[in-house]
Amino acid sequence: MSVAVTIETIEKRFDSFTALRGVSLDIQPGELVALLGPSGSGKTTLLRLIAGLEQADRGRVLFGEADTQELSLRDRRIGFVFQHYALFKTMNVAENIGFGLRSRPRQERPSESEINKRISDLLELVQLPGLEKRYPSQLSGGQRQRVALARALAIEPRVLLLDEPFGALDAKVRKDLRAWLRDLHGRTGHTTVFVTHDQEEALELADRVAILNDGRIEQVGSADDVYDHPATPFVCEFLGEANKLPVKVVGGQAFFGDRPVLGGITQNQGGPASLYVRPQHLRIVDETPLALPGTVEHLRRNGPLRRAEIAVEGLKRRLDVDLASQVAPAIGERVRLRITHGNLFAAA
Amino acid sequence: MSDAALPLAAAAPARRSSARGESLGVRIALIAVSLLFLLLFLLLPLAAVFVEAGSKGWEAYRAAITEPDALAAIRLTLLVAAIAVPFNIVVGIAAAWAVAKFEFRGKNLLISLIDLPFSVSPVISGLVFVLLFGAQGYFGPWLQAHDIKIVFALPGLILATVFVTFPFVARELIPHMQSLGTADEEAALTLGASPWRVFFRVTLPNVKWSLFYGVLLCNARAMGEFGAVAVVSGKIRGLTNTMPLHIEILYNEYMGAAAFAVASLLAGLALITLALKTFLEWRFGDEIAASRRH
Repeated sequence: MSVAVTIETIEKRFDSFTALRGVSLDIQPGELVALLGPSGSGKTTLLRLIAGLEQADRGRVLFGEADTQELSLRDRRIGFVFQHYALFKTMNVAENIGFGLRSRPRQERPSESEINKRISDLLELVQLPGLEKRYPSQLSGGQRQRVALARALAIEPRVLLLDEPFGALDAKVRKDLRAWLRDLHGRTGHTTVFVTHDQEEALELADRVAILNDGRIEQVGSADDVYDHPATPFVCEFLGEANKLPVKVVGGQAFFGDRPVLGGITQNQGGPASLYVRPQHLRIVDETPLALPGTVEHLRRNGPLRRAEIAVEGLKRRLDVDLASQVAPAIGERVRLRITHGNLFAAA
Repeated sequence: MSDAALPLAAAAPARRSSARGESLGVRIALIAVSLLFLLLFLLLPLAAVFVEAGSKGWEAYRAAITEPDALAAIRLTLLVAAIAVPFNIVVGIAAAWAVAKFEFRGKNLLISLIDLPFSVSPVISGLVFVLLFGAQGYFGPWLQAHDIKIVFALPGLILATVFVTFPFVARELIPHMQSLGTADEEAALTLGASPWRVFFRVTLPNVKWSLFYGVLLCNARAMGEFGAVAVVSGKIRGLTNTMPLHIEILYNEYMGAAAFAVASLLAGLALITLALKTFLEWRFGDEIAASRRH
């Protein structure tokens, strides 16, 4: 049922805007992949290209061995869930879900009783039993989302594509649906690609995350891969938060100004570089040879975390530091910071 | 809306009026001006039509509308509308579809052109067809050679009516279709529907109320059009006279009661159109609002 999706060097332009600049991606059968990126990065265009709603200028998309260029939208058999669901307003829930099956050519069309059976099975699957007769306008956002998913699943798609599946929902519903979708994917095993600009969503839900920027894929990998080992400065800054320090690498040590801040660098690189350090990788310490002095300028609470903004001489932006202990420094206090982990990229 | 606001205004007049920034006097004056205008310019003439129509009694009224020339005019009017309106429905939907769902060069020009019949004087709309198809027109000699009559015959009336009433359907549909976007159609296509099925099951049901409004307005104008039709008709009694033209002729011949009797039929049509529109808005108001909101 599920197929592998192979994307080969896709390029796509809209008038004066280049949406995709040579994107390649291999998706395994049954895999759940997130396309993550800021708006304008080309992620939705890529999703629509896989669906066949856009045509690539160059490159191709394969479902298994088959080039999708030769397949009509009907023969592609994709389940597409639109950002705003695009439920048919003039049809009730049952008619919406049954639309795909009833659109099949007569000889392939299941009987009415089979279609009705399938509709109630799907409503069961998306946990909305008994809502057959409701109209989309009578449903909540979360319910619409699930009806849209049931409608897409009704045609037994080979690939499931979701455009910002939780974008239009409020935070609480979004969290519930996320867990539910993960669970549903585990049970049905469709090859699934979804687009999101929410990194938390992508990292939590997907087997692999593809991070797009300016029409290119910057990195593809598991959540741990991309978060802990970002391949590019963009990925590092886009996923989570990161402080950026201009440093100079000499002999396995990174120097900020003339002060060594990070040692044990095995990467074979020297010269000017940018050091990205996440707030949780900065620790306030008493005394250590590799430390950065600074002044506490601001303290704030961010959910469960306490965070200090620390000004460092020679650096325009203050450093964000997560406070590990309950004892917070006072504002104005001079502290020393040790970098426990950082990502180094040669300066451009 | 205003019904809900009224009791509130009565309960706390001072606060409501200060919040709106107008005093009670100003509001009463505004409402009075609007009502007076409606009375003078809309209700009074309408009433006059019916009063005049009945001024010579029921028998005279019946005679005026069953007289052969009047019947011929009614038949011709219905025939012209029956051809022009469906034609404009099909072309109007096609134009609205093209403008709302596709991007192409010259789209803005097309939108302006759709409005052209509204901005051109109906007399000119009629003259254009005389210029093209009349005896001295560009295609005149050719048409005469092949014994085809367009001007001063039914085809001319239909052409002029189609031209004048073309914008109604397209104008209603374009903004509605544009606001709906293409996601529903794309969803239907990915579910495997054929283009025809997408059109008849998704696109058309989505805009059915706008379409219906457009058709009502188009029909009212098609039956009531005077200027353009007057130019191409030639006013041959019993042959090329539509109802509005017949009314004018009767009136010019000092047959006021008969003229108003036929006019009352046209006015009645307008009232039926209005009533139908109001009834539908009242009966399906929620659905219409919902289909416009999305």
